[in-house]
Amino acid sequence: MKPSRITECNEWILARFPLTKLWNEHMTHYYAPKNFNFWYFFGSLALLVLVNQILTGIFLTMNYKPDAKLAFDSVEYIMRDVNWGWLIRYMHSTGSSAFFIVVYLHMFRGLLYGSFKHPRELVWIFGMLLFVALMAEAFMGYLLPWGQMSYWGAQVIISLFSAIPVIGDDLSLWVRGDYVVSDATLNRFFAFHVIAVPLALVMLVFLHIVALHEVGSNNPDGIEIKDSKDPWGHPVDGIPFHPYYTVKDLVGVGVFMLFFATVIFYMPEMGGYFLEHANFIPADPMKTPEHIAPVWYFTPFYAILRAIPDKFAGVIGMGGAIVVLFLLPWLDRSPVKSIRYRGGIYKKALLLFVISFLALGYLGTQPATPTATIFARIFTAIYFGFFLLMPLYTRWEKTKPVPKRLTPVHSLEEQLPALIEEITVLKPASTEIGHNAFKGSSFTRQPNPEGIRNVISRFVKKAIGSLD
Amino acid sequence: MKNLIALLLLLLLSFGVAASEGIELQTANIDLSNNASLQRGAKHFVTYCLGCHSIKHIRYLRIALDTDVDQKKMLKDIAPEGASIYDQLHSAMNKHDSEKWFGTQPPDLSLIARSRGADWLYSYLKSYYIDPKSPRGVNNLIFKDTAMPNPLWQLQGEQHAEHKKNIWGDEYTNLVMKEPGTLSTGEFDIFVNDLVNFLVYVGEPVQLERQRIGKYVIFYILMFLVVAYLLKKEYWKKIH
Repeated sequence: MKPSRITECNEWILARFPLTKLWNEHMTHYYAPKNFNFWYFFGSLALLVLVNQILTGIFLTMNYKPDAKLAFDSVEYIMRDVNWGWLIRYMHSTGSSAFFIVVYLHMFRGLLYGSFKHPRELVWIFGMLLFVALMAEAFMGYLLPWGQMSYWGAQVIISLFSAIPVIGDDLSLWVRGDYVVSDATLNRFFAFHVIAVPLALVMLVFLHIVALHEVGSNNPDGIEIKDSKDPWGHPVDGIPFHPYYTVKDLVGVGVFMLFFATVIFYMPEMGGYFLEHANFIPADPMKTPEHIAPVWYFTPFYAILRAIPDKFAGVIGMGGAIVVLFLLPWLDRSPVKSIRYRGGIYKKALLLFVISFLALGYLGTQPATPTATIFARIFTAIYFGFFLLMPLYTRWEKTKPVPKRLTPVHSLEEQLPALIEEITVLKPASTEIGHNAFKGSSFTRQPNPEGIRNVISRFVKKAIGSLD
Repeated sequence: MKNLIALLLLLLLSFGVAASEGIELQTANIDLSNNASLQRGAKHFVTYCLGCHSIKHIRYLRIALDTDVDQKKMLKDIAPEGASIYDQLHSAMNKHDSEKWFGTQPPDLSLIARSRGADWLYSYLKSYYIDPKSPRGVNNLIFKDTAMPNPLWQLQGEQHAEHKKNIWGDEYTNLVMKEPGTLSTGEFDIFVNDLVNFLVYVGEPVQLERQRIGKYVIFYILMFLVVAYLLKKEYWKKIH
């Protein structure tokens, strides 16, 4: 039989370009551990959001005018007169916040399961470079709507460069291209936001993935699946990324889009966190807003900056908060990767770190009252303590033995009926749950309906009593 | 350890509450599907506000389409004499004059509802009082020393401020109606509410459309989610 035109065309390409080889290497023959959990969705979601930002960004540039006189009005023009412009703009503005949510969760996954540890140090370094590039991208993009908060936020952050001794003033002048944030600044930020930084981001994503696929993915157990292989050389605990994780990630994409669409269509301002109220007022260099706060994703670092009394030291502190993350693979001396086999100290330290990061994020949105500053100092100390004391406490703590193979996972569908049965069926107290799905989980006490009723009635009585 | 965290959280909450002080705002009743209210609001705006304030990001045509008014009726009843249906709502006031008269340019109000909020606008327009010390003879409880004179004083009447102390000794100010205007208090509340409703609409004309489309988008995503979930389950059947 004569080969069809399409086959001929395919062969022509394959003889000249290794399409099948690339596809196999990174998709169908890339073996990923089979026990990925909830935390492993955020890598592919970050990629999805990046694509969303690039596509919507391209459409926004078609009607946006990077000019101090026209910028604010052109954004409103997009919101009102351009067909579906409001949707594109909300997708872009919500996407930027979603990007940081997804990336923060992705990084937290790394802290949970030790994904930054040997042999994935370079994956982590590329990831951190991506994070820095993303912050630069977000910061410069935020100036473009040319609202009051865009303007004064940029003014405050660029003036930080002037705290650097000797070259500071000239440096901040060079960055702005003027003595204050002005049209020149807007134009160069536009250039960086739409082409320079996105190129860097795409390149770094490429490097991040190539480095990851060289060493292989980590997993919630922190075990190298390449250590136990079957006779054909495939990891026993691994499954091909495509189709298994492509279909699984599609579910993650669906859930993500559900939240994303809810925000876009029903709460695009997100109570003034995604789109700040003051940014609906055009930039006015003569009127400083009474309270300048960066967008929520920068507030933890902003709180660290304000917590340190000296301006230059504050800048060092803020930079240090990011630099210290780069050093993470060498600060952690624990022999195990995953939090499942680490001792109690790391778990508590990580919990404290998360609390201090969230608290700093909250404090960064609030005015710096004396009490708030004291709290910001405490949380800044915890933030740095988590990293700088890490070489000590990770070496001291006792770790649990790590199994050779992955521990079995039970899906939600398996757990749910058993859990419902456990709650509804009365059994004598302190028995272990006898279902396979709960092997290893410690449910030692049964719910006590009598006790629950007592607690609720006491609570109600107290609530009624407090009304008088 | 757990006590420490609880303590920290408690302290965090306590100064979060302490930070939210200030004058309590009155709640505006915003209903963007109420076309009659929006039409009245548009008419009030053109009559009482457009002299000084533009809303340059919207056109008469858009208001006519969104609030379901006939275009001819729009030009005859709502828009000022001589306006075209494609015109944006520009103010006739010259900026040099306004700077001479008020010391500042009246801001464009296209986005005022998004930057200030509906409740703030509603309370602001109702909180003017007679203040002989102020250059314009009036002052405002919500926005102290505002440059804007009270454009609605004939409708609302004259309010006076009474400074009082509550049982804890904190000072507070009450507004008392001294000379009633042409509208009763209830009528005036509806008047201001219509105006604020219109400004909320102008802040983002696409709001209702966005919420209507959102339902379909979310329904589609849910369908996608079901298919994706079943696909995943089918593929993962063999994996243990």
